[in-house]
Amino acid sequence: MSKPERNRDRDSEATFGEYGGQYVPEALMPAVQELEDAYERYVLENEDGFMDEFRDRMRDFGGRPTPLQRADRLSDRYDREIYLKREDLLHGGAHKLNNALGQVLLAKYMGKERIIAETGAGQHGTATAMAAAHLDMPCEIYMGRTDINRQRPNVYRMRMNGAEVNPVTAGSGTLKEAINETMRDWATTVERTHYVIGSIVGPHPFPKLVRDFQSVIGREARDQIREKAGRLPDSVLACAGGGSNTMGTFHEFVPDEGVKLYAVEAGGSSLEIDEENALAPNSATLSTGTDGVLHGAMTKLLQSGDGQIMESHSVSAGLDYAGVGPELSYLVDTGRVTPVSVGDDAALNGFHRLSNLEGIIPALETSHALGYLEENYEELGDLVVVNASGRGDKDLETVLEETEKRDLEAAPDVEVFDQ
Amino acid sequence: MSEIEAAIRENHPALITYITAGDPSLEDTKAYVEALDRGGADLIELGLPFSEPIAEGPTIQAAINRALDAGTTPEGFFELVDDLETEAPLLVMTYYNMLLQYGPSEAQRASDSRAVEPRDKPDVRPFVERAAEVGLSGLIVPDLPAEEADPLRTACDDHGLDLVFIVAPTTEGERLDRIMSQVSGFAYVQARLGTTGARADVSNATHDSLTRLEQYDVPKAVGFGVSEGDHAAEIIEAGADGVIVGSALVDLIAEHGEGDAPAADALEAKAAELKRGARRGGGVDVPEPEQP
Repeated sequence: MSKPERNRDRDSEATFGEYGGQYVPEALMPAVQELEDAYERYVLENEDGFMDEFRDRMRDFGGRPTPLQRADRLSDRYDREIYLKREDLLHGGAHKLNNALGQVLLAKYMGKERIIAETGAGQHGTATAMAAAHLDMPCEIYMGRTDINRQRPNVYRMRMNGAEVNPVTAGSGTLKEAINETMRDWATTVERTHYVIGSIVGPHPFPKLVRDFQSVIGREARDQIREKAGRLPDSVLACAGGGSNTMGTFHEFVPDEGVKLYAVEAGGSSLEIDEENALAPNSATLSTGTDGVLHGAMTKLLQSGDGQIMESHSVSAGLDYAGVGPELSYLVDTGRVTPVSVGDDAALNGFHRLSNLEGIIPALETSHALGYLEENYEELGDLVVVNASGRGDKDLETVLEETEKRDLEAAPDVEVFDQ
Repeated sequence: MSEIEAAIRENHPALITYITAGDPSLEDTKAYVEALDRGGADLIELGLPFSEPIAEGPTIQAAINRALDAGTTPEGFFELVDDLETEAPLLVMTYYNMLLQYGPSEAQRASDSRAVEPRDKPDVRPFVERAAEVGLSGLIVPDLPAEEADPLRTACDDHGLDLVFIVAPTTEGERLDRIMSQVSGFAYVQARLGTTGARADVSNATHDSLTRLEQYDVPKAVGFGVSEGDHAAEIIEAGADGVIVGSALVDLIAEHGEGDAPAADALEAKAAELKRGARRGGGVDVPEPEQP
């Protein structure tokens, strides 16, 4: 089965309005253009049956399709129909495999011999390590030192799958620094190495390539909701850091103008920017950012007036990024996507609430979408789809620590530890 | 011929030096630039620090961090340049976002009767205008490939500034033609794949790149990894018009620390060593200086 016909002109464009582009060092330009060519041939035109093999592997290795589940108790709580797209059930426990497997397979088709990737929460790193093991490719993952410390189980999983994990100590030791260091590796080894970027960020064609691999989420969800509820939803919610699960969920719904699309960002501890210390205590780039160039693309950024990129913050490592995919910036400016945010506390309550009511432990990233649902369900219409982008096992240490610091209404009583 | 091109052609073989402005302070940078000028640098690149320097290796990353920690701002940088009187023309090397975001501050806008509305889209022109005003001769923007450079090329042309492009070991064919048609001042030949940083040898890629560039009538200067007079000699012998040295100088600054006069002396001596090497490679007989 080949991919439906697409307008080549639209997909070959390097930009979304004024966003996107290819702002990379000269040494990387030939590789970026080689990737553009591979994207058009293998992904858009299914040359050599690439997309067929990708879909087969996502079914057999990845476990696609994932279910769309009616969340019964949330539906009762909010007195409307709430459905969860269960990407947490994908192999590896998050949507990340959709992109990682697609890109590692593409690297094989391109004749590359080595895989590198950055990771924030470790979900993209683990997905890339799994895909590389599955497809027998050597793999190195760059991860910030802070993230290594707060996502230890994922570090161990990557090592178990045979990947090298390279700690990055620069700056705050999170995703931004990991991307910098991966780009430096790529600039050195570009001739035989493919950089599996983890979100819809970076120079063209990455934002479109990653979106296309992730768009299976929304394609399935759109079919599933029509089958189960007999119509399209009123609202679709997805958390947004770099934006890969967001765009993956939204892409198929963008032409459905009656469906409201909410990108839920990390409000962190505050939306106010601390200009003096170049610190944004949030990762709400779509809600509060300004236009600039970072990591290869023009997009919205958390930056100082001078153009220095700020350190961002979120209790969720996977959302903790000062940039965002250029396509989301564009869809926000055109009004198609509504950017909203919830803070650390609401996300932690969302985490506990879904665990307690539905028996699903969600990722802290996903928990932001659930936090928004709790606070704003009345505005979302009668039929709501939330992308459950990942599972929360990786976050247990963080959640325990952060819950102890707070008085959270949805948190369980853990006095059992003190007895 | 632009100031930069003339500085290379008239001082052939040329020495181009890089240091990061504000490392460890803008006052120190002033003394260091003057020392490099005395030591024989024919062109001086000043790095305007950006928080995400993806083209730099560890040495210059550390210098940029020191400069940012010292509070270096674009306006402070421009004031430093305005203050400098050097024989060697000055270039700014920085990342594209720094150009896009530069503009009058909110406070200046408020107090300026000619104040314009805040820009809703970033624009490179205020940066280029200010660069020309303080006497910079050109720009190098390592994350701006020729494909995205039209707005900056136009702004530079309007203000008589050179825009230097980097030619990588991977740059070939149509892309090379495109870059060479847009470049002005000189072509920055990246000696090897990877990031900036002092190396112990001259890479083979340097020779291949210089061969590919032979047909273009633009001065060629080689950087990335050049750290010694002998490298400079070898590179000039291979056909380059100039050598670019950065990390080796930044290392000297880091070794000496803040406000230390010997750092300026060390930079001057290093520049002299590199210039002698370059001239030796160009077939100019240079006597070694007398040992004290």
